[in-house]
Amino acid sequence: MKVEQAAQVLDRPMYKAALIDFLYQLADDELLLGHRDSEWLGLAPDIEEDVAFSSIAQDEVGHATLFYHLLSELGEGKADDLAFGRPAAVRRNARLVERPNGDWAYTIVRHLVYDVFEAVRLEALASSSYAPLAHGAVKIRREERYHLLHMETWFTRLGQAGGEARERVERAVAAVWADLGDLFSLGAHEALLVAEGILPITRNELARRWEARMKPLFEAAQLAWPGAPQPAMEDGRLGQHSADLDALLETMSEVYRIDPQARW
Amino acid sequence: MTERISETLETALWEALQEVKDPEIPTVSVVELGMVHRVAAEGGRVTVEMLPTFVGCPALDILRRDVTARLAQVDGVEEVEVRFVLNPPWTSDRITPEGRRKLAEFGLAPPPAADGPAIPPECPYCGARDTAIENLFGPTACRAIFYCKACRQPFEGLKPV
Repeated sequence: MKVEQAAQVLDRPMYKAALIDFLYQLADDELLLGHRDSEWLGLAPDIEEDVAFSSIAQDEVGHATLFYHLLSELGEGKADDLAFGRPAAVRRNARLVERPNGDWAYTIVRHLVYDVFEAVRLEALASSSYAPLAHGAVKIRREERYHLLHMETWFTRLGQAGGEARERVERAVAAVWADLGDLFSLGAHEALLVAEGILPITRNELARRWEARMKPLFEAAQLAWPGAPQPAMEDGRLGQHSADLDALLETMSEVYRIDPQARW
Repeated sequence: MTERISETLETALWEALQEVKDPEIPTVSVVELGMVHRVAAEGGRVTVEMLPTFVGCPALDILRRDVTARLAQVDGVEEVEVRFVLNPPWTSDRITPEGRRKLAEFGLAPPPAADGPAIPPECPYCGARDTAIENLFGPTACRAIFYCKACRQPFEGLKPV
């Protein structure tokens, strides 16, 4: 059943709970990756990348803002509080996006893997049964193409370069792959999310579509395909996070904790 | 929201909106950029639905303020509400021909009509087609940086989305 606005889910507690949990997955993924992107400001390999990563960070945080806003409409509170006031244990992001930036190769591989995943997720969300989410997904998809194109270009360039660049990419791929399992997890409400069409595809289908798009990129970069991601032992979508997230939240929420009423 | 709006008021509101410029591109109005989706009025209460060019555009608060302030000056308007909506999505083909001309005049290449991120536009200075992408990202989320091989100028352009 198509749901046009927030008010219509208030008397459907199961649908609402699944939707809220899933919106936190979307919002937390985007906010944390956006913050990691912003950490490159002034440190990126060249000035073009400073510009690119600032712009990408702004996009990702903007997308997070939209998802937190949708949560606000469902009675979850103010977007700023949701972004900065929630502890690690209730965060729903995949563990991959909470990791520190590492070197440039890690940054590129992590972002590429996430951007392809996001492209697949947004494509499915364009026909979400929750109309406000579907509309947001359609709009965000058009912006995300630029991130994906940028990461693809870097990934191919680093892979084809050989030498140290290639070695670093190979190390980055190994590190990213070890963290991939819960990216495809849909958390505690998977069955309902799919059955209600909030996200109209299963995690297996998400992973299958992701893999179909990743393989040609590895081929273009002349890198060996590392195989399908292994299921995660720990699941960020269930609030199981690493110490990296605590450290990240500590930094990210410093201003908020000093003055929760601050506007920026 | 009712759609009942007198023709005189509607004309006056659109004319006023034509005077509200993009905060970073002072030659182009929000109407020419295709950012105004709908204008409705009920009594003296006006609601404007606007489409953000990019979801994370930091200029939205400024646009809201500018639109509200300008429309408040229109005869018969008592209250203005600006709402940003995502349906329909803003796309770069909403920019009017007049908007495209003014963008180029400002030195910003209008987005190529082709729907692809990787196609460099014509140089806004010399009109040459032999241009290259310098950076898909620019000083704002909606811009990219290009280079003209004919007149050897770097230039900015609006991204097609």
